[in-house]
Amino acid sequence: MNVLALDPAYIGGFGLDEALILIVKVVAAFAMLMVAVMLMIWFERKLIGDMQNRIGPALAGPWGILQTMADGIKLFFKEDLVPARSDRFVFKLAPYLSLVPAFLVFTVVPVGGNFTTGDGTVSWWGNTTYLQVADPHIGILLVLAMSSMAVYGVMLAGWSSGSKYPLLGSVRASAQMVSYEAALGLSLAAVLLQSGSLSTHDIVADQSGYDWNLWVTGIVPFVVFLIAVTAELNRPPFDMVEAEQELVGGFHTEYSSIRFALFFLAEFMNVITMSAIIVTLFLGGPDGPILVEGVDWLWGIIWFFLKLMVFLFVFVWLRATLPRLRYDQLMDMGWKVLIPLSLGWLLFLGALSIGRDRGWSEAVVIVVSVAALATGGLVLRTAVRAGRAQRQADEAGETADRATQGGGRR
Amino acid sequence: MNFFGGFRVTFAKLFEKRVTSQYPTVKRPKPERFHGRHVLGRYEDGMERCIGCELCAGVCPARCIYVRGADNPPDSPVAPGERYGYVYEINYLRCIHCDLCVEACPTEAITESKLFEFSFTSRDDAVYTKDELLVGDDGRPRRLPWEDWRPGDDEHTSGWMRATSPSGSAAWEGRAAWSAELGYGVRAPEQGQSAEAGPGTPDGEPSA
Repeated sequence: MNVLALDPAYIGGFGLDEALILIVKVVAAFAMLMVAVMLMIWFERKLIGDMQNRIGPALAGPWGILQTMADGIKLFFKEDLVPARSDRFVFKLAPYLSLVPAFLVFTVVPVGGNFTTGDGTVSWWGNTTYLQVADPHIGILLVLAMSSMAVYGVMLAGWSSGSKYPLLGSVRASAQMVSYEAALGLSLAAVLLQSGSLSTHDIVADQSGYDWNLWVTGIVPFVVFLIAVTAELNRPPFDMVEAEQELVGGFHTEYSSIRFALFFLAEFMNVITMSAIIVTLFLGGPDGPILVEGVDWLWGIIWFFLKLMVFLFVFVWLRATLPRLRYDQLMDMGWKVLIPLSLGWLLFLGALSIGRDRGWSEAVVIVVSVAALATGGLVLRTAVRAGRAQRQADEAGETADRATQGGGRR
Repeated sequence: MNFFGGFRVTFAKLFEKRVTSQYPTVKRPKPERFHGRHVLGRYEDGMERCIGCELCAGVCPARCIYVRGADNPPDSPVAPGERYGYVYEINYLRCIHCDLCVEACPTEAITESKLFEFSFTSRDDAVYTKDELLVGDDGRPRRLPWEDWRPGDDEHTSGWMRATSPSGSAAWEGRAAWSAELGYGVRAPEQGQSAEAGPGTPDGEPSA
């Protein structure tokens, strides 16, 4: 059993107790996520209303808190349309392809436990276990794999609709997600370099005592990760995939009824799980002061959710503030800024780490690395500029050719 | 870095006053000359104002008014003069409440109330007949079961007529150029309408 997961509950073999613990955890995580999504949609609508001097949903339940449930019930009873020109099987499969990964990512997130003074385990009725559904050795790789899987949901949804706007949306989605996946992975590598483990529990344990990766790895990987995650989630200002003004609804234009609801469920669930991943990787997960002794693990949960709330707020704040990027700006930012920046920072951290191992002088390492990275940056900038100049010259030439041929035909 | 200035703006909005009004429960007062559901007026003696001339139907850009005039029965005339509106129908699925019919009417017969919240469950209900449009014996519009009348909506239904001095000439202000109305008598003109219209001279006495 230890091959699959590092959870101490499974050390003595897998019996009825362990199975029960697992089932309870899975059910609890599932229920919590569903409720959290419901509240997240309400929270987003309410907050963005506040930021626009409106009041947002206010009629369903106290403060409109049941609005999402009302919407869900409405969507359930709407007609389920499958376009005549769609690829029926793929069309029906796609919502689940984006929903299931959203669930699976959350399984590796440690949501509680005392990491500050303990090792993050809890003991209930003689069973010691982690407060996370599973702790596989490859924890973070699972997150990357699942966020790549989610691309297929969006891509296949657009492709199978047999309609042009969804297709354009899904083409954008694939390009955008692939580009930002690289920056995401590279900034994540900085964290892995620091903690030396892929297991999320180990990463959190490594940050205990406020050695949070946010400042241990420098602020850069965190910022890059936050931007890349926003793009990965298709949240504004990177919501090119479902740019309403350009693509009707993007990939989910042809979807209606409960399949449409599943896409939205997945989208908001991804916001929550990715915020949880950010908290886990950069903000020490449940790490925080134990204010009242006795229920140490509960404080972990409280701190975790407080940190989570901060990021949920930030995502809504981004949406309320920033206008959508143009598509070429989006690609420029991904390939020419974020990827070189995260790669350079990773090399810099690597050099520091090797220098520490070998006993080199820290100052010399920093100076040499910065000089090397600055040179690299300059080379990159020159290359980008030269490329742009070349392209503009070509375009100018083409225009001139067209003018001499007359008529400006294409 | 003005880039982050936007974040400050949106954050500051959190603490500002909300502009939303809780519409179905709280209704803002309507403007004085609001264009709502039409009413057909009567003279003080109970005679209908409509003479069946079809000018309103002619001017209507949405073609929602249907009028058919008929000769007044000599022994019991419905309207003063020769003819009266025998059939008068307005289709509210077409009406755009532009108020052109009110401007066109030579006898101030058709005016608009402030009621705009009325919905129907059938197309037949959307076509208001003369019975439904005509004011009651007290000079107030009829309150039909599917309409949501609020206090004030049915008062001064001829607000537009009363408010304007002819041709915007200040010299006419304060002179009533309209006839008495069932339930109200001759209404006083609205003051202060042409304060900025400048001086002018009446080019003739208004016909009372």
